[in-house]
Amino acid sequence: MATTHEDLVLDARGLLCPMPIVKTAKAMKELEPGQVLKVMATDRGSITDVPAWCETTGNELLDWHEEDGFLVFHVRKHD
Amino acid sequence: MAVEQQLAPFTGLNEEEIRRIVQDELERAQKRDTGPRKAAIISSKGTLDWAYPPLILATTAAASGMDASVFFTFYGLNVIHKDYEHKLKVSPIGNPAMPMPVPMPNFVTGLPGMGPMATHMMKSMFKSKNVATIHELLENAQDLGVRLIACQMTMEVFGYTQDDFIDGVEFAGAAAFLAEARQAHVTLFV
Repeated sequence: MATTHEDLVLDARGLLCPMPIVKTAKAMKELEPGQVLKVMATDRGSITDVPAWCETTGNELLDWHEEDGFLVFHVRKHD
Repeated sequence: MAVEQQLAPFTGLNEEEIRRIVQDELERAQKRDTGPRKAAIISSKGTLDWAYPPLILATTAAASGMDASVFFTFYGLNVIHKDYEHKLKVSPIGNPAMPMPVPMPNFVTGLPGMGPMATHMMKSMFKSKNVATIHELLENAQDLGVRLIACQMTMEVFGYTQDDFIDGVEFAGAAAFLAEARQAHVTLFV
C-alpha cells in the first residue's frame, strides 16, 4: 500500500463523536497550508464525519483506509 | 418591452445569452457559499441526556469553522450552572425508551431512588464507552469560541444571578438570540 507523507499525527482512537472532529480541527491549527494531518480513529461515525468536515472547512481528504481495528485518514490543510 | 430589446443595444447579447449568464453567475455564487456561516442553537432542557445534543452540535459547528452560539433557556440553564455536575440528572419516569437493567413497568421508575440510579447508570455507560463528559464538551466549546448565552428572563424567574454560571457565559434576551439566528444557516431548538 502506498504511504502518504504526514506532518502531524492525531491519535483519536477510543474517542466518540464529537471529539475526533474537535481534536482534528484543533490539530489542523498547528499546521501550515499544504501540510498533511494523519488522523487515527475508532469511531465508525468518522467514516462519514471526517469527509463531511473536510467539505465544510475546505480541507482536502487525500485518502482513508482501515487498519487493524482502526481508521486512518490523511487530510491536507487548505491554502 | 422584452428584456432582449431593453438590453440588446447595450450588450449585443440576446435574451437567451443573458439568461444563461445570469444562471451561471447564480450557480457560481451559490457554490461559493458566501452566506453567513453561523449556527444558533437553543438548549431548553435540564437533564443529563438532553445536555448533550446542543453541546455536541455547537462544538462540531465551531470545529467546522462556523460561528456557533447556544442560548440556554428555562431548564437548559442547568447546563451552564456552576453546579451542572449535580444538577444534570436523568429521569426514567415517563421515558419507556430508557434502558433498564431489568424489565419493569414504567410506573415503578417513579419510586424513590430510581432517578439517582438511572443517572448513575447513564454516567457509567458514557464513561465505559468513553463519551466526552459535559465538562469536556463545555471546555472544548469555549475553547473553540462557542458563545454560551444565558436567557436573562428565565434566569430571573428561577432566581439565579450571573455569579451562578460558569465563567465566560453571556447574558441576553430573545431579541439578541433572534439577531444571531436570522443570520444563521443552522438554527435548532433542543
